[in-house]
Amino acid sequence: MSAALLFWLAGSGLIGLSVYGLIVNPHPLCKLLALNLLGSGVFLLFGVIARRGASAGLGGDPVPQALVITGIVVAFSATAIAVALLLRLHTEAGEASIDEEDGQP
Amino acid sequence: MMPLQALAVTETTPGGSLLVLGIVMPAVALVALIGLGGRGARAIVIAALLFQLYVAVRVALLVAGTQSPLAYVVGGFHPPLGITLRADGISALMMVVSAAIFLAAAGFAWKDFAQPGGKPEARAPLIFWSAMLAMASALNLLFTSSDLFNLYVGIELLTFAAIPVTAIKGGADTLRAALRYLLFAVFGSMLYLFGIVLLYGAYGTLDISGIAAQLQPNAATLAAAGFVTVGLLAKTALFPFHLWLPPAHAGAPAAGSAVLSALVVKGSLFLLMRLWFDTFPTLREPADMQLLALSGALAVIVGSVTALRQQRLKLLVAYSTVAQIGYMFFVFSLAPKGTGEAIAATAWTGAWLQVVAHAFAKAGMFLAAGLAAEVLGHDRIRDLGGLSRRAPLAVLAFALSGLSLMGLPPSGGFNAKFMLLVAALAGGQWVWGAVIIAGGVLAGAYVFGVLARMMAEPAAGASLQAVGRGRQWIALGLSAVAVLMGLLPLEPVAFLAIGRAL
Amino acid sequence: METGFDIALALLLLCVGGWSVIARNMMTAVIVFIAYGLLLSLAWVRLHAIDVSLTEAAIGSGATGLLMVIAAHKVAGDTKRVVQLSRGFHVLAAVFAALVAVGIAALAFVLPGEPSSLAAPVLERLPDSGLGNPVAGVLFVFRSFDTLLEKVVLLLALIGVWALARDADWGGVPGLRLFRERHSVLTLLARTLPPIGFVFAIYMTWAGADVPGGAFQGGTVLAAMWILVMVAGVRRPPRISSPPLRLAIVAGPVVFLAIGFLGFLAPGAFLAYPEGFAKPLIVAMETALTLSIAVILGLLIAGPPKGEDAP
Repeated sequence: MSAALLFWLAGSGLIGLSVYGLIVNPHPLCKLLALNLLGSGVFLLFGVIARRGASAGLGGDPVPQALVITGIVVAFSATAIAVALLLRLHTEAGEASIDEEDGQP
Repeated sequence: MMPLQALAVTETTPGGSLLVLGIVMPAVALVALIGLGGRGARAIVIAALLFQLYVAVRVALLVAGTQSPLAYVVGGFHPPLGITLRADGISALMMVVSAAIFLAAAGFAWKDFAQPGGKPEARAPLIFWSAMLAMASALNLLFTSSDLFNLYVGIELLTFAAIPVTAIKGGADTLRAALRYLLFAVFGSMLYLFGIVLLYGAYGTLDISGIAAQLQPNAATLAAAGFVTVGLLAKTALFPFHLWLPPAHAGAPAAGSAVLSALVVKGSLFLLMRLWFDTFPTLREPADMQLLALSGALAVIVGSVTALRQQRLKLLVAYSTVAQIGYMFFVFSLAPKGTGEAIAATAWTGAWLQVVAHAFAKAGMFLAAGLAAEVLGHDRIRDLGGLSRRAPLAVLAFALSGLSLMGLPPSGGFNAKFMLLVAALAGGQWVWGAVIIAGGVLAGAYVFGVLARMMAEPAAGASLQAVGRGRQWIALGLSAVAVLMGLLPLEPVAFLAIGRAL
Repeated sequence: METGFDIALALLLLCVGGWSVIARNMMTAVIVFIAYGLLLSLAWVRLHAIDVSLTEAAIGSGATGLLMVIAAHKVAGDTKRVVQLSRGFHVLAAVFAALVAVGIAALAFVLPGEPSSLAAPVLERLPDSGLGNPVAGVLFVFRSFDTLLEKVVLLLALIGVWALARDADWGGVPGLRLFRERHSVLTLLARTLPPIGFVFAIYMTWAGADVPGGAFQGGTVLAAMWILVMVAGVRRPPRISSPPLRLAIVAGPVVFLAIGFLGFLAPGAFLAYPEGFAKPLIVAMETALTLSIAVILGLLIAGPPKGEDAP
């Protein structure tokens, strides 16, 4: 079994795990963690695509590799904003929950 | 029928650098805003937004003049290695609409987000203006980029700019809405990104025209199209992904809500239309497209009914956005591959008129709702009485916007819905026709319900604040554009087909 | 032998990733996630993507993990309010997730057999730029427009974090205070490590043109040093309104934009480099970017400004 196929299967599994986490964990921090896991799974699959494209003496296609680097930075930016929102929400409301509040204020 | 090659960017066209400037100049202004620490913030913003309008109008005139798209090869590197920008008729149209609405919203927010005199810098102005500039840049990118990954960075930039606008007021409810919005948006963009991964794996390029030229209806491509579509639907807030939108849009300051509802949701919608009509045109199987139209129909019905049941004005206006987005999805079913070109062109024009008319009408309506909240100190619908005395122009703006949302003549909304209806009936898809009419009736119910309250006598003991005429005129101006679009002839607009392979 | 290693790594990734999803305690989940990130950077090495591996270790695992540790520390009490979902719901979710995973796994077998690759075209045009690292070539030459926009994304992330300050605290000091008292070990580290880290960061940025590394990895190392210094209490974070700080934030984007516009003049296209000047311009740009990235990453982790008495 080639490394590429193996890591494709791992990436698929990670995406599945993150989908499970997104559904069953109501806390926003858990959802954020699951989203990061989802992102890493998607990036890993892109890495497999890059590895499949190994040619001309390179171990992988550099274009997807560069895109993954940009993607990791973008995902980190999202995490930073989400954590700041979550902490402020925790300060304001006493707990960080994204469930609908009942009743009109 | 234009050949598919027409989509490909071969060389930079005269005026192509305008496309770069449309994206980069707001970023330059953003950098200046942060670097200068609030000095001259509003002057920088207004200069940048006026320049946006100039660029957009120049692009539109060039596209109309040459009857062909503008193009730019960034860095001189052609796809598949490099990135190209390309503006066809719909790009140029949306650039102009976006620049106009940004200017109006900035004018409306001018006083609210002024730097306090004597102080070095305040939070709200820096955050608000930075986010506005970033949204303007990201939208122009979404309207013109031809590279799927570049577009991914664009939709992320748009989201990250929209979140601070949503959260700027800082109460627990708005923070919760902003966090839910962000989590939804990130989930959507991950699905979109996975779709791109598959497309790159299958075609070895990220260029829209490059993929379109070698498109095969194989399993990988279909899966990619599915992931990309679901991801973008989550960002566009199409039913059943609409739940994040109303609290997020209602929680922002009025000028922010106007931009979010009028333009930001259209960014991902634009990309969706671009993909299905330019990248995957041959994949448009009637069954899948009926599914999109069905979601649109449910959005129209559920959004309108929920709007009717709201007790807060801004939430009502936001649910109306959920409903109005739904109409735009009928085009997927009404302009299928292979039917008569006349029907497809009618539906295509109807959908874009709906996008533009809704943008102006909703921007005007949100600004009017913001003024109402300022006059009354709250936005409870049952206590809106007295508004027509204190802010008559705002009430008129709400009424004119309502006219367009209902789809009554003369208004842009009428033209849009009428052309969609004609296309539906001509194609034998009377169910969508019935939904279009039902949506109009429901919109009538919630608009007239609000107007009746606004015209009522003020509640006993209510203290009403005065608001300036200037901002009322801005709201009215936007609503008036939506209505004046009704003077257009009821036929396909040729400009919208420039540079397309329709 | 190598296949055995890969199989073990793939299984470990799934186990550790799964653990971070099902862990009851949020702090446990977050720490497991950091370990997962480090394993993942190993997988990237196995996929012959050293640049990605460095970025994953620095940003995906390190910086993201630190942010989530800070968050988990604060919201630890929330776990008690978690809604208990029924067993049936969990089973349903698991079945759905498994279907998604199997579906995606199956796509491996339907991708076209002949993999297409841009490796050859990249290598063919790379010498024009004077760079030796093909990934740096994609990031700073062929697709530098993406990279430019990514810097704008970072600026917006900073705006998004700062947006959550209270009005009264604006212009103040970011509220990163993990420890009330000084730890002697931390203080020692914070006094000795930064000079080493500084040299290492400069090397990474400089070398990134030819071998794996670059502005982002260098900037992350610098940011890590800065955060260490702030957390240990050796230096207070700067006020967010301080002009030198603002200058450091925008330095990278300003140089990047300036070089982009220079392209209009010299070879005649935005973000194109004048012939023969590509490498010096890219190195200048990367130097400025390293500084800006370090400062922005540090500020993103430090959080919005807070008043002295805020909780």
